[in-house]
Amino acid sequence: MLAVKPGKPAEAVVIGASAGALDALTVLLPEVSRELAVPVVVVVHLSPLRPSLLPDILRPLCASEVKEPDDKEPVRRGVIWLAPPDYHLLIDADRTFSFSVDEPVKFSRPSIDVLFESAADVYRDQLVGVVLTGANDDGALGARAIRRSGGLVLVQDPKLAEAPEMPRAAVSLADPQFVGALPEIVETLTAITRRPA
Amino acid sequence: MSSAEDIEIRLFLDAIFLRYHYDFRRYSMASLKRRIAAAKAHLGCETVSALQEKLLHDPDTFTRLLQYLTIQVSDMFRDPAFFRAMRERVIPELETYPSLKIWIAGCSNGEELYSFAILLREEGLLDRTMLYATDINPEALRKAEAGIYALDRIASFTENHRLSGARCSLSDYYSAAYGSAVFDRSLRKNVVFTDHSLATDSVFAEVQVVSCRNVLIYFDRMLQDRALGLVKDALCRRGFLGLGAKETLQFSAQAESFRELSLSDRWYQKC
Repeated sequence: MLAVKPGKPAEAVVIGASAGALDALTVLLPEVSRELAVPVVVVVHLSPLRPSLLPDILRPLCASEVKEPDDKEPVRRGVIWLAPPDYHLLIDADRTFSFSVDEPVKFSRPSIDVLFESAADVYRDQLVGVVLTGANDDGALGARAIRRSGGLVLVQDPKLAEAPEMPRAAVSLADPQFVGALPEIVETLTAITRRPA
Repeated sequence: MSSAEDIEIRLFLDAIFLRYHYDFRRYSMASLKRRIAAAKAHLGCETVSALQEKLLHDPDTFTRLLQYLTIQVSDMFRDPAFFRAMRERVIPELETYPSLKIWIAGCSNGEELYSFAILLREEGLLDRTMLYATDINPEALRKAEAGIYALDRIASFTENHRLSGARCSLSDYYSAAYGSAVFDRSLRKNVVFTDHSLATDSVFAEVQVVSCRNVLIYFDRMLQDRALGLVKDALCRRGFLGLGAKETLQFSAQAESFRELSLSDRWYQKC
């Protein structure tokens, strides 16, 4: 039986997206941001060469706080945390953010796998991982790590994603509990992220 | 309850400290676990215990292990805005000193060191500046001293340098040969490369500037406080501290000792 289920907020949600991320996230995050009761940590593959525009794009669309974390900042609930460019973002056992400039993983820094694996280690079966559209296979190993530590994995249906490779890799490697269209992911996710009525 | 691997890692870090006097025990565990996993894979060990056995009985293993535990991948002029802020906010005050000492703490393979040396030359200060480049990894220090980088990295170095407010082209400072860029040896005429640990060593000089960028992110909060204590003690009054783009004094015990000079670019000044 799942430790995370509707009506019982998870401890944290981690989301990974790449090619096509902006369209998917501008649908998903505004919904998730309402009555948000958990921390939501998002990795999008970004150009390392300039500051990310994502916080400025998403902030006006979201009801919750939207922010790039600093090193050692506590992973507060009710905030949508965006991984900044050119660092790996990790979570430490004391529930604070941690960064590294270790080599890119699968050509990416930030890497979805790096965040997911560290979060799985900390939150165990109280974690929800979401893999959305993307054109490489980052996130698949991370989703598998979440699955193996008892967490819940949701994957966007590859057939319906703007770029199918990333969700397809996650489906084949991680055996997710849920594969569906974006609106279904929103529905499943908000049942877990909202404050119980 | 701790997992078997968590216990193994604790014992492994104790073993490194007891045998080789390198102290990773207060590093950020999330990053360190990934690095240990990479070391395990590359050194052909199934478990951390197996890695520990190899480490204790074969000193060569430690030299190789250190590469996995310490090496980070940086750029020259990483975060160009940091260097632009240095030209605008820090250099004018440094110009008032007859001679300068600058400490590049955790210099790794030297990208940050050469960035500083080039900027100081462009601002006319390099000849009166002594630079200390320190790291715990002797192999990294050797590479920093050699100042040779793969040519395929030069495009991003050049772009960063330009965005930092450069007055010349980066190509004025290196010669290309056999797929490598060899940086001008005159840049390191006044550089002392030396082994120094922010975790176990103490202050060695009074300096006007410390650059310690993307080093503290690998430490836990307690070790960050120790390292920042050293930095504070090394800096003269009104001395400057440059941190990495995501590093902050906000969560540190040393926050009171510094004022924010340019928070968005992570320049601090000692009170």
